[in-house]
Amino acid sequence: MHAIEFRDVDFAYGEGEFRIQKLNFSVEKGEFVAILGHNGSGKSTLARLSNGILLPDAGEIRVFGTLLDEKHLYDVRSRVGVVFQNPDNQTVASVVEDDIAFGAENVGLAREEIGKRIDFALSAVGMEAYRDATVARLSGGQKQRVAIAGVLALRPDVMILDESTAMLDPKGRREIMEVVQKLNRDEGVTVLLITHFVEEALLADRALVMSKGGIVMQGAPAEIFSRGDELLAYDLTLPRIGIIAKRLREGGMSVSDTLDVEKLAEEIAGCVS
Amino acid sequence: MRIVAEHLTHVYNERSPFAVKALDDVSLTIEEGEFFGIIGHTGSGKSTFVQHLNALIRMPSSMKRYRKKRLKKGEAPPPATVLKVGDFDLTDKKTDFYALRKHVGMVFQYPEYQLFAETVKEDVAFGLKNFAEKGKHLTEDEIRAAVGDALAAVGLDYREVADKSPFDLSGGQKRRVAVAGVIVTKPEILILDEPAAGLDPLGKQEIMRLLHAIHGGWCKTVVIVSHDMDEIAENCTHVAVFDGGRVRYVLPPAELFRKTDELIGLGLDIPLTAKLVAALGRRGIELSCDFTTEDFIRKTLALKGGGA
Amino acid sequence: MKEVSFGQYYPVSSFVHRLDPRMKLFFLVAFIVAIFVADSFYGLAVCAFVLALVVAWSKVPVLKVFRAVRGVLFLALFTAAINLLFHTGETVYWEYGILCISKEGILFSAYLILRLFLLVICSSMLTYTTTPVSLTDGIESILTPLKWVKFPVHALALIMSIALRMIPTLMEETERIKNAQTARGANFESGNLFKRIKAFIPVLIPLLLSAFRRADELSDAMEARCYKGEKRTKYKKLQFTWRDLVVLFVIAALITGVALLRVYVGEIL
Repeated sequence: MHAIEFRDVDFAYGEGEFRIQKLNFSVEKGEFVAILGHNGSGKSTLARLSNGILLPDAGEIRVFGTLLDEKHLYDVRSRVGVVFQNPDNQTVASVVEDDIAFGAENVGLAREEIGKRIDFALSAVGMEAYRDATVARLSGGQKQRVAIAGVLALRPDVMILDESTAMLDPKGRREIMEVVQKLNRDEGVTVLLITHFVEEALLADRALVMSKGGIVMQGAPAEIFSRGDELLAYDLTLPRIGIIAKRLREGGMSVSDTLDVEKLAEEIAGCVS
Repeated sequence: MRIVAEHLTHVYNERSPFAVKALDDVSLTIEEGEFFGIIGHTGSGKSTFVQHLNALIRMPSSMKRYRKKRLKKGEAPPPATVLKVGDFDLTDKKTDFYALRKHVGMVFQYPEYQLFAETVKEDVAFGLKNFAEKGKHLTEDEIRAAVGDALAAVGLDYREVADKSPFDLSGGQKRRVAVAGVIVTKPEILILDEPAAGLDPLGKQEIMRLLHAIHGGWCKTVVIVSHDMDEIAENCTHVAVFDGGRVRYVLPPAELFRKTDELIGLGLDIPLTAKLVAALGRRGIELSCDFTTEDFIRKTLALKGGGA
Repeated sequence: MKEVSFGQYYPVSSFVHRLDPRMKLFFLVAFIVAIFVADSFYGLAVCAFVLALVVAWSKVPVLKVFRAVRGVLFLALFTAAINLLFHTGETVYWEYGILCISKEGILFSAYLILRLFLLVICSSMLTYTTTPVSLTDGIESILTPLKWVKFPVHALALIMSIALRMIPTLMEETERIKNAQTARGANFESGNLFKRIKAFIPVLIPLLLSAFRRADELSDAMEARCYKGEKRTKYKKLQFTWRDLVVLFVIAALITGVALLRVYVGEIL
C-alpha cells in the first residue's frame, strides 16, 4: 500500500487551463521525496490535491489505500498535513499554543489529548520555550516551525512542504530542514518536499521533476542533478557545483559529476598531484 | 554619487520596552560605480541601513536625543554622525529628500507586491510623474519613451506588456515590472533588498543578469542586500558584513571569502568556490582566486597545467 | 522591525490577570452601572476605591493606568468646559451673557470628569489584564445562548481572533508599501485632503490585494488542518474559580454601597 498514489490525475483551474495532466506517481510510507520544477510547473497544485484542498477533475488519488473523495475528505486531511510558503499566512491565533491547538480542536479531540499533542508538537520542532509567545513577534523560521507544529498536532502520516523555506533566510531554512529530517527519521513521517534549493533536495531519498503538470524525471537527487541538459530543457538549472565539475572536465580534468564539495576537491587533488 | 556614513546609530522604539538598537556606530563608504554587496543575518541592521540611504528612515532628530541622554559631565562629545549621498546631507533637515529619492532608487523585498495600477505602463510611469520637475508637464511621447526604455532594460517588450494588467503577468515578470518602475527615473544609485528572493533558479539567474546590464549604464552604482553568497561572490566589487547592528568587514569578495572561519563563526554561509578552495587547502593545495566561478575554474585548470 | 502594540496587554501574572474573562466583562458592566447609580462624590469615591483595589491587584504600573486617560483628555476637558460655562447654579462667581461660572457648575464638571476617567480606566484595566484571545473566548462564551437563534457565535469569535492575529501583519505591510511608494516619489504629507486621499491609492490597492491573497492562503491552511466550522472541541476551557467568587462579592458590595449612598445621602450637588 502506497502512502500517496496519483493515478491519471487531471486538474484544471479553468476550462482547458490544465495545471496537472495525466499525473501518475506514488510515494511509499516513510519516504522522503523532493519535488522540483520551475514556477508554474504544477507543484503547488500537486500539494493542494494531495489533501483535498483541490479535488481532481479526472483520475484518482489514494492515501494509504483510501480513495480521496468528498466522503473521506477529513480522514485524508488528518493524515496528510501541508505547510505552505508564507509564514505569515498560516497561523490562526495570536499565541503559539492556541494556534497549535487549532487543528486538534477541529477534529474534536479531548482537552487532555490536545494538551499532549501540543507538548509533542512543540518539542518536535524545538519550540518548547515559546508556548505562550506571540506569533507576530517570532522570526520567519520560528513562525514556520509553529506552522509545522500546528500540522503535527494532527499526528499526520504524511507531511507536504510547499516551498515552506522559500521566504526564509539561510538560518531559518536550516532550522526547518533539521526539523523535517528529524520527523522523517525518528517519527517515520513521510515527507514530500517542494523546493527550489538544491541542498535541500539532496537530503531526500528520491526526487521528482515536474514540468507542464506532469512528472518528467525521477531518481536519486544526485543523479537528477547530474542530468544538466535535461534540467535545462525543463527550465531548471544545473547546480553551481555541477557547472564547475562540467567545466573542469571540458578543460581536460577528469572529475566526476559529484555534488559533494569534499569529493570534488579530492578528485581535483588527484588530478593535480 | 558617493555614499558616506560615519557613526550612524539607529534605535527602533526608543524609550520603550521594545527598544532595539538596529544600527550601532556604523561607518561605511560606497564609491560611485560599485556593485556593492551587503550581507548579514536577518536583524543585523542591513535593511535599516539601506533605508537610511533614501531617507525612508530619518535619523538626525532621534540621534541627537539619544546622544544628549548618554553624555556625562566632562565626557567628550561623541564624533558627529555623517550621512551623505553625493551632495545631499541627510543629517540636515532642510535637505530636499524628494530630489534625493529621484537619484536613489530602492527596490524592496518582493517588490511585485507594490504594483497597483491598471496597466503596466501606468505603474512604471508612477515614479516618473512623481519626480517630474514642478510645473513641467511630461508629454505622452516622453512618458512612452521612458517607460519603454525601462521595460527594455528589464528585458520586457513594451508592445507586449504595456497595456496588460500587471496582475496578469507571471511572478518573474511582475518583479521585473516593479524594478522597471524604480529605474524609470534613471537613478544614479539603485538599492535592492534581496532582489532574487522567492524566484525559481532561472528567475534568479535572469534577475542577476539584468542587474549587471543595468549597472554602469542605467544606474552607476548598485547596492544589493542578499543572503546568497554565490550571488555576492560572483557579482560584487565590495562587500560589507553586518552583524548585530555593526559593520564587521568591508572588503572585496576576493579578500573577504578568504576569512572562511570568521564568516562561519558569524553564522554566515560562504560561497561554493570558497568551500572548494578551503577543501583544497586541507589537501595541501593552495589556490588563490577571486572566488568567481570563472576565476576558480581558470586557476584550477592552471594548477593541472603547472603540475603536468 | 517596528513594534506594533495592539490591545495594550500588559504581560504579568496577577490575581486580576488570572480571572475568568467573562467575570471581568461582567465586572466592567457592573462597574459602569455603579458609576451611573452613584450620584454623589461619595458614591464615586466608593467606585474609585474599588477600582484602586483592582489596579493594585493587577500589578499594572499606576503610571500606565493613568496613561489610558490621555486618549480622552481632550474630550473630558471639552465636556467639562461646556458644563462649567453653561451650568447655572445658586452660588455664581462670574457671569457674562449666558455664560456663568458657579459653584454647582464646578462641582458638576468635576463630577463628569471623574466619571469619565473611572470609566476609561476600568475598561483599559480589562485590556491590560486580558489577552485578546481570552477576551474573544469570553465574548464567545457569553454569546453562546445566541446559538439557539442560529446566530453564528463560533464563526464570529474566529473572525475576531483572526483579525487580532492579522492586525500586526497588515500594519507592517502598510508601512512597507508606504515606504516603497515613498521611494518612488509618492507624497503623503502635503496637498489638500483630496490630494492626500488620492495619494493613498497606490498604498491601498496593494494592501487590499495582499489582504485578499493572505485570506486565500489562510483559508487553505485552515482547511488543510481539518477546519470544518462545527463539531470542534476547545483546548482552553473557561472555568470559574474561587477568584471569580471574590469578584462577585466585590461587585455585590460595590453596587450595594453606591445604592445605599444614593438612597440615604442623596445628591451632593
